[in-house]
Amino acid sequence: MYRYDEFDAGFVRERVALFRDQVQRRIDGSLTEDEFKPLRLKNGVYLQLHAYMLRVAIPYGTLSSVQLRQLALIGERYDRGYGHLTTRQNIQFNWPKLRDVPDILDLLADVEMHCIQTSGNCIRNVTADHFAGVAADEWIDPRPVCELIRQWSTAHPEFSYLPRKFKIAVTGASHDRAVVKAHDIGLRIVRHPDTGAHGFEVSVGGGLGRTPMIGKVIRDFLPQEELLAYLEAVMRVYNLEGRRDNKYKARIKILVHETGTEALKARIEHEFAQLDGPSINADPEELARIAAYFAPPHYEELPAVSARLEAAKSANPVFADWIDTNGFAHKVAGYRAITISLKGIGEIPGDITSAQMRQVADLADRYSLSEIRVSHNQNLILPNVKNDDLFALWQGLVEAGLATANVGLITDIIACPGLDYCALATARSIPIAQAIAKRFADPARQREIGPLNLNISGCINACGHHHVGQIGILGLEKRGQESYQITLGGDPTEQAAIGEIVGPGLTAEAVPDAIERLVEVYLEARQVGETFIDTFRRIGIGPFKLAFQHNLEGADHVA
Amino acid sequence: MLLDRTGRKPDLWTRGQPDDHAPVLVAWEEWNTQARLGNDPDRLGVEIPNTLAIEDLRPVLSQVGLVAIRFGAFSDGRGLSQARLIRRAGFTGVLRAVGPLIPDEFGFALQCGFDEVELPESSAHRQSEDEWLRSLAAYSHTYQQGYRSRTSILAQRRLARLSKGQSHA
Repeated sequence: MYRYDEFDAGFVRERVALFRDQVQRRIDGSLTEDEFKPLRLKNGVYLQLHAYMLRVAIPYGTLSSVQLRQLALIGERYDRGYGHLTTRQNIQFNWPKLRDVPDILDLLADVEMHCIQTSGNCIRNVTADHFAGVAADEWIDPRPVCELIRQWSTAHPEFSYLPRKFKIAVTGASHDRAVVKAHDIGLRIVRHPDTGAHGFEVSVGGGLGRTPMIGKVIRDFLPQEELLAYLEAVMRVYNLEGRRDNKYKARIKILVHETGTEALKARIEHEFAQLDGPSINADPEELARIAAYFAPPHYEELPAVSARLEAAKSANPVFADWIDTNGFAHKVAGYRAITISLKGIGEIPGDITSAQMRQVADLADRYSLSEIRVSHNQNLILPNVKNDDLFALWQGLVEAGLATANVGLITDIIACPGLDYCALATARSIPIAQAIAKRFADPARQREIGPLNLNISGCINACGHHHVGQIGILGLEKRGQESYQITLGGDPTEQAAIGEIVGPGLTAEAVPDAIERLVEVYLEARQVGETFIDTFRRIGIGPFKLAFQHNLEGADHVA
Repeated sequence: MLLDRTGRKPDLWTRGQPDDHAPVLVAWEEWNTQARLGNDPDRLGVEIPNTLAIEDLRPVLSQVGLVAIRFGAFSDGRGLSQARLIRRAGFTGVLRAVGPLIPDEFGFALQCGFDEVELPESSAHRQSEDEWLRSLAAYSHTYQQGYRSRTSILAQRRLARLSKGQSHA
């Protein structure tokens, strides 16, 4: 993985010193609260319902065991012994004191981490496929490009006071696991059809929130070496023309929508044509320098089938189910990537205790070349596990309480913190996730239902990605009461789609029944080999609406 | 308070209509091309809103020695992009940011092509000259290329690669 050179290390230290100074200037009154707010946000410090919250960047989702141990320490010393993984490859600590934040930032800098631009109206933490570098369907690792963008976007002199936040995601695989079409800029690494050269398919204007939009492709092929100049062109057009009169209309998706994709594309191309590329772009040698850090580790030559694994699977069906559910095909024979579910039944999605972080760090040292990933699905991943070691790893995870076999199933729920923590929330998310998980707790039933992603947001800002959940739940507030709106048919992948509303809002108590009813419609209608989304696409929302309406007659709904 | 990278400085410009004496800054809204002809660019400036398309300003750039851009709020970064475009159009005169900027964006403003910042009294009385100058030293190096910074990290890495290449040769 990437290691800081003297410049990166120096930069992060200077940034910590700057934040210390900013806190001091706020205290002595030279900065007003309005002036200080964007500065603290750009260092990941939010003011939440009960306390401050600190959001730490895990750039493109890659972590070392050393870094994870440091996060454990921070969770213990400054939070209440845990951390919370977000839906954008960050980890949040919920109870830090403002005066402690500079010290926490120093602890992060000690392990080459930071909170820079994890919030605020600037270019945010760059995200990537969480299986980058190991996925069997990937043809190029997106992380070197992500690191280049991370550096380029850090303390950008021109793009640090944008109309609104700006999110970039990159994938280099055929299957999109990074939700690139729901980002302000989505980059898909592609090969030029004629020359075979590396480049990007560029989408702009994707986003969730109150106006969900799927990104529009504005460039089929951008040569790799021209990336930074092209990003500069997009950002300049957005910075100058994005709306600033209404924060809900300030994202680039609205500019794309109001200007029209073709017209905006023409403006971006016009700006790009006037730029002096060589003075802006990174040399190919710079990208090569970064890419060298992501060179594949030394893998052993192993047979594709492990006798040890097969024996353990037949002796232990619970282990076998876990492998089948949480294992992921690795590009190297004899290895597997393993997702550690942070969605134990009845637990808070994405929460992990400091003790568990240390246990995972130890297991990563022993079985995964000391590397860990975090996913936007709020799970952890050990990317490089030998098939021969899987049983021992599983035993270690069982001991840590982290062996839930539900990855990709209905209880692997994405949920934002909701009204339990968040100052923006209009309804609770966590208790809804817990109630649904309990309702579908039976592992055999979950496997019978098959792949199904269920996402919950506690407000219209959609941090819980409900729009792209195959089942999406949005918590709103109607006349002082929580009201949950259910959508169906969302899709976060390369076939990205926004879910459709299935009926009127429900009370919190009525949600599990309604979900159960909708799942039954699918189970009754599905044909051999179909998953939930396949059946939904074939039969449409009609039968689901009917069953939902039927169910309503016996349940409370918020009119 | 008027500041440049060396600190506080006297403001020699006055706002209003041109006369024969002091250098004068004319608001874009009152700009009239006819009236400007024949004036000395060194004593004529224009002050623009941060919503102006720089294409529209282009014909004026050769007639003025100073362009001032009004920042409605420190958090509104449009002026930073306008400054870039004005420099790209070849303007070599003085570029001034006017408004309630904060010390933390002084370095960014200079990198984008500004020379000076004119602060309203409401912020000037809270923020000392020292704070503004100190903020310029916050970062020893920057990651971007093509901005007015002599300390681009990418450029320094390139130099290091070149000198390493030479020493191996």
